[in-house]
Amino acid sequence: MKTTTDTGGDVRLSGIGKTYGSFTAVHPLDLTVPQGSFFALLGASGCGKTTTLRMIAGLEEPTSGTVSLGEQDVTRLPPHKRPVNTVFQSYALFPHLDIFENVAFGLRRRGIRSVKKQVEEMLELVQLGEQARKKPHQLSGGQQQRVAVARALINHPKVLLLDEPLGALDLKLRRQMQLELKRIQTEVGITFIHVTHDQEEAMTMADTVAVMNAGRVEQLGPPTDLYENPRTTFVANFLGTSNLIEAEVDSRGGGDIVVKAGDCKLTLPEARCPAPVTAGGRLLVGVRPEKISLVHADDAGGIPAGRNRVTGRIAGSSFIGVSTQYVIDSPVCPELEVYAQNVDRDARLAPGAEVVLHWSPAHTFGLDAAQDIDAGVQDIGEEAA
Amino acid sequence: MAFLRRLRSRLVVIAGLLTLGYLLLPNVVVTVFSFNDPKGRFNYTWQKFSTDAWTDPCGVADLCGSLSISLQIAAWATLGATVLGTMIAFALVRYRFRARGAVNSLIFLPMAMPEVVMAASLLTLFLNLGAQLGFWTILIAHIMFCLSFVVVAVKARVMSMDPRLEEAARDLYAGPVQTFVRVTLPIAAPGIAAGALLAFALSFDDFIITNFNAGALVTFPMFVWGSAQRGTPVQINVIGTAMFVVAVLCVLAGMAVGNRRKRQKAA
Repeated sequence: MKTTTDTGGDVRLSGIGKTYGSFTAVHPLDLTVPQGSFFALLGASGCGKTTTLRMIAGLEEPTSGTVSLGEQDVTRLPPHKRPVNTVFQSYALFPHLDIFENVAFGLRRRGIRSVKKQVEEMLELVQLGEQARKKPHQLSGGQQQRVAVARALINHPKVLLLDEPLGALDLKLRRQMQLELKRIQTEVGITFIHVTHDQEEAMTMADTVAVMNAGRVEQLGPPTDLYENPRTTFVANFLGTSNLIEAEVDSRGGGDIVVKAGDCKLTLPEARCPAPVTAGGRLLVGVRPEKISLVHADDAGGIPAGRNRVTGRIAGSSFIGVSTQYVIDSPVCPELEVYAQNVDRDARLAPGAEVVLHWSPAHTFGLDAAQDIDAGVQDIGEEAA
Repeated sequence: MAFLRRLRSRLVVIAGLLTLGYLLLPNVVVTVFSFNDPKGRFNYTWQKFSTDAWTDPCGVADLCGSLSISLQIAAWATLGATVLGTMIAFALVRYRFRARGAVNSLIFLPMAMPEVVMAASLLTLFLNLGAQLGFWTILIAHIMFCLSFVVVAVKARVMSMDPRLEEAARDLYAGPVQTFVRVTLPIAAPGIAAGALLAFALSFDDFIITNFNAGALVTFPMFVWGSAQRGTPVQINVIGTAMFVVAVLCVLAGMAVGNRRKRQKAA
């Protein structure tokens, strides 16, 4: 498989927006996707991510703004004239054509005569050489998915758009395909823009993730940055799990902010609080469940000084294998989650036990308290949708 | 008791065979009597075996002329109704426009209207317009009543088509015309073919509407009706049997092609 050298620059969206009547699907947004990167648009269903993708493909006309590929403004170009290809959520393989003809479709439409060699190479890349003469409905879901990728990639697009490409696969196959897609992207060097509602999928594959909510980009950055430094409660809750504690600013100095939650004093670095801080003002203090250590109340004396400490009682625990997940009922927050690695398990840590939670101030972040504390919390119904 | 048990376990098969017999018995009668050598003008009682009618199918005056007219009308009516009906079906499924719901229901009206009333009203319309009754009035009437059936058949197919397939084609460098020819049409083809076959069958053997609006022209069903007053030539049964055999051969050929493709793919 040849690596395409002429990938022709970045994808630039300037002020692009879409409204349907009085409903705004996408608020005007600016976004630049660097050439050759793996970019994910992450959000719950109905957040505008698929509409954004379709505007890049040309399948949806933006109400405002422009789409550029490198130097070329493609806003007014119909989809068949854009050097962009899409892998659709339902794969949209042509049922009346066999696998070979499905993959050859784009080449033939561009008037390329000898497609055999290219198609065979592409089918080898996705390990489907044997299936060339089968019809799409004779293949498994994972195989159909690979055909959809091959059918798009064979055209060497400047950008490959993926619309929830793994949504229909079962968990194990999805993991496998995540790695497979990442491998293909590295191999061909084409810009991938991937739309997904699965935060784990976005974090595993993408170099850069844009978290979308209600038609806007909430935050954009590398996965680790989004995870460690969420700037809104939506991002904090949508990417992984966050414990958010309502607190009041007590004092600041030396690069730290000290807050009071109930009768606990918690410290966090000023650099990790994007919200405005005024003495006496309110703040949401966040910490990820895996950053917290849990000790029985009897051993509280052994906790090093300078750590953030919160007391509570174990309300529930579930054994996951690699870790145990505890839910702690604490005066500062009714449901604090703690993930403890199963290295040295303390048998006393059972539901009902009095415990002390402690973590490093450096692992604490602050958020503006004027937001919905539960924004982005996924309930089961939402995930199934 | 054992007999009863056996009977019960094969009840479905027996019921199926009886139904099939009920369906096919008239066809058997048509075929058998095409080999009759009737005494007198009526082919109603079995006399003796003869292939006279088969060797001379056009031996009755005007029979083959009326057959040719019916085939021509059926062919043009099928073409007209299929093209228009397919376009209507796509419009109704794919586009949102004012009065779409109303059009959707109005399309079925000709199917619900008693045919004889429709026939008389069409005659009134044609007479008021000063149209000359004949080939064209029959064709216009046939396209009209076949249209609803084509729309129903094609609509069912188009509704089950994933619109993303056409988006995928556009995304893969197919312009609007190529998308239609390469993707939309092949996928909709079974529905369109079903509609066309239905239209052909309906047009070919329509009697009531045709009889009102034919003027001096005589189609095959009108010929049969007319001759039944004076006697039924055996040739009518020959034509009927031949149509039936052609239809069966077409189905068999279609199945054979399908099977061969399947076998090729498996190989």
